[in-house]
Amino acid sequence: MTTPTPYSLLPTPTPRASPRRFAFPYRLELEPRMTTPRWLPWATSLGSVVFALVVGGLVLAYVGGDPIDAYAHIFNAAFGNPGVLSDTLVKASPLILTGLACLIAFRARLWNIGAEGQFFIGAFGATFVVQQMFDKDASPWLVIPTMALMGFACGALWGAIPGFLRGRFGVNEIITTLMMNYIAFFWNDFFIYGRWSDRGFQLTPTFPKNAWMPRLSDFADQFPAFSGITIHAGLFLGLAATVAIAYLLFRTRWGYEIRLIGDNARAAEYAGINIVRNTVFVLALSGGLAGLAGMAEVSGVVHRLQERISPGYGFTAIIVAWLAKLNPWAVIPVAIVFGGLIIGSREIQPSGLSRMLQGIVLFAIIGSEILNRYRVRLVRAQLSQSL
Amino acid sequence: MRGIVKRFPGVYANDHVDFDLRRGEIHALLGENGAGKSTLMNILAGLYRADGGSIVIAGQPCAFRSPQDAIAAGIGMVYQHFMLIPSQSVTENVILGLREPRWSLNLSQADQKVVALGKQFSLKVDPRAKIWQLSVGEQQRVEILKMLYRGVQILIMDEPTAVLTPIEVRDLFAILRAMAAENRSIVFISHKLDEVLAIADRITVMRGGKVTAAGLDPRSVNKSELARLMVGRDIEFQLERLPYRPSPVVLDVQSLEAASDKQLPALRGINLQVHSGEIVGIAGVAGNGQTELAEVITGLRPKTAGQVLINGQALKDHDVLQAINTGVGHVPEDRSRVGTAPTLGIADNLIMKSYRRPPIASGWRLNRREARAQASQLKDDYAIAAPSLDTEARLLSGGNLQRLILARETSAKPSLLVAVHPTRGLDVGATEAVLRLLIRQRDAGAALLLISEDLDEIMSVSDRVAVMYEGRISAVMETRQANTETIGLLMGGSTLSS
Repeated sequence: MTTPTPYSLLPTPTPRASPRRFAFPYRLELEPRMTTPRWLPWATSLGSVVFALVVGGLVLAYVGGDPIDAYAHIFNAAFGNPGVLSDTLVKASPLILTGLACLIAFRARLWNIGAEGQFFIGAFGATFVVQQMFDKDASPWLVIPTMALMGFACGALWGAIPGFLRGRFGVNEIITTLMMNYIAFFWNDFFIYGRWSDRGFQLTPTFPKNAWMPRLSDFADQFPAFSGITIHAGLFLGLAATVAIAYLLFRTRWGYEIRLIGDNARAAEYAGINIVRNTVFVLALSGGLAGLAGMAEVSGVVHRLQERISPGYGFTAIIVAWLAKLNPWAVIPVAIVFGGLIIGSREIQPSGLSRMLQGIVLFAIIGSEILNRYRVRLVRAQLSQSL
Repeated sequence: MRGIVKRFPGVYANDHVDFDLRRGEIHALLGENGAGKSTLMNILAGLYRADGGSIVIAGQPCAFRSPQDAIAAGIGMVYQHFMLIPSQSVTENVILGLREPRWSLNLSQADQKVVALGKQFSLKVDPRAKIWQLSVGEQQRVEILKMLYRGVQILIMDEPTAVLTPIEVRDLFAILRAMAAENRSIVFISHKLDEVLAIADRITVMRGGKVTAAGLDPRSVNKSELARLMVGRDIEFQLERLPYRPSPVVLDVQSLEAASDKQLPALRGINLQVHSGEIVGIAGVAGNGQTELAEVITGLRPKTAGQVLINGQALKDHDVLQAINTGVGHVPEDRSRVGTAPTLGIADNLIMKSYRRPPIASGWRLNRREARAQASQLKDDYAIAAPSLDTEARLLSGGNLQRLILARETSAKPSLLVAVHPTRGLDVGATEAVLRLLIRQRDAGAALLLISEDLDEIMSVSDRVAVMYEGRISAVMETRQANTETIGLLMGGSTLSS
């Protein structure tokens, strides 16, 4: 501690003031946000959609199309008049229910990728009621609720199995729910190719009228405006489910438990919450909602069980739930947008556009999550330490 | 270091800080959590970049872009959490990340160099031992060796004693002195006053990102002056409490055995009683079964033998709810990963234990208005500083988070409160507040089991102290009759012979 002798032992403390490498003159700085403004999650969701539209537009332009024209066409085909708007809402109905299915599971941090299979098995359950339990003279007031109950129960079972495996044995539910999709598809195939086949075709006979959920067009006699409007009771089922799920999440003890488990499972355990039981019940509820969507689709739209009853509702539902930021109320508008996308993009070539846009939206929505948590700033890079 | 400025969102972590370090000295950097001392040293060690100011080392201005740059300039930092690979040997860890040798690895040559370095600074470590076989104190020595191997002239130690037993602390001090004698410089970051007075050649105190006193001579200051410089107000070291009058047994642990997460025996026959109106402190080096003991008593961990009685009622396995309903409060070791839900609001976090009971519960529904009213009351009573009831728990400071947990756990008037490391990582002011709350519970007739790494804290707060070593309780005594030296020996595995 006497005279400050230079540290000659040191391996040359070179002052690194000017690196020879090229340095980008700006750098990004991320600041954690102390609070997230209420509008921000909505803005990033909207931004993700815009981003997807821009990228999709570039692709359209590349293949020689006019993106503006194409999008205008899609919009018109989906929302342009009451008729197509009704078609869009018909597509949105299963998306609301499956979107809620994914939402409730994701809220508990259970990754249910099997809404598609649960949808199919729900459709199976509903068909079972028609094929095996009632004849065509039974009252629709009896048949349709039984179908709904059975659709829900079958989907719930399909969700509860991975739930039990996850809760009891720690089996990854992403794998099991995904795999059980295929079991559901082939299970249905078994019945429509064989036992329930209509004259050897791969579909069941058309359901008798007592198994058809009412459509608005059924009331065209009283309300002429409803003629040709194919919206069916499934949409109202979806809206009711939205209210129920929102109430469940924020106004009930079970909903609180679900939110707590999703936020921190160890804290939930510490609070005395039974994780195993909740895992089973949440996935059962999730599967049940997807099953209900399947029931609504066969009873309200297709009126028979066949192979192609879904353009991937259960998978699109994953994107719907995320884009809604796991907020039940937001599921409704998001599902309508995606329903419109399905309807609209049937009208243009290449036909894969809708799928591509969905993929980009999911990509962007996950990427944009960082914007909700951090403030991003572009700052001029400087050698601040040797001023 | 001159005029160092570092901004974090909303705060100046370092606000024009000057710091100088001489050759061959041990310079203590004292301050509360959040005072900016670690930030300052992280800038010196190249982990952060300052927003302003300059660093001059031996006349040379430096600008570090990474820890590698800092090490090349002879500056190394040993962090509180070790960065070692458990399955590799000491030598392998020491040479990890070095550019030399490029291709061939001559381990025995490296072993010799490690041993030689160890001799030079009286750091005894077997170079071939695997890290997982070493005690925490030994692992810390490996971290120091890592830095010495890299030719570090300035060694920064971030709260090095937090994880050590009193005896290990003594060894560490000897090593640090040996290094200083070899003309290396040491920065010793701490918030413990006694330690700083014992080891430092000079002391710099920081508060709120500024230096409040620079280069003090430890012989010319006393503890309360330092505390005032650090906290900005007077601190009482002796907390008021009612006289010790133990009443009926609340917690009765009988030949309890339990396994650790790795399915190894963690508790090997624990017998312990805690009475109403007393605080029993469990002293011991981390990893001797304290965590497991707390988890069994709170219902989080199943037992393999024996039993736990709370107010005479036997605790079932896998039933946290039963423990909660029997009146066991739990201040868990890990505040953020066990004690709270990070992205839920304060209100949701405060009702974690009470949401099942009316008035918050009404049937299967949740009465939100009542929940918020209660939460708001607790927020005020326990002075939880947060903008609103919806503020996410992850945004709270350590002290505030602990107040939230204590508010939740003590407001239900528990008959037994298990507090595990309740003041870990908290600054002096927050520590005082937490300990006051614990004593208030004791005075109100609760039984308290206090598990802590801080022996001084146990000695100052507990009525009785029990020492845990390798899953057993090696001694229980009244704190008045215990002395720190004996307990330190017991923590290291000695037995009481007298």
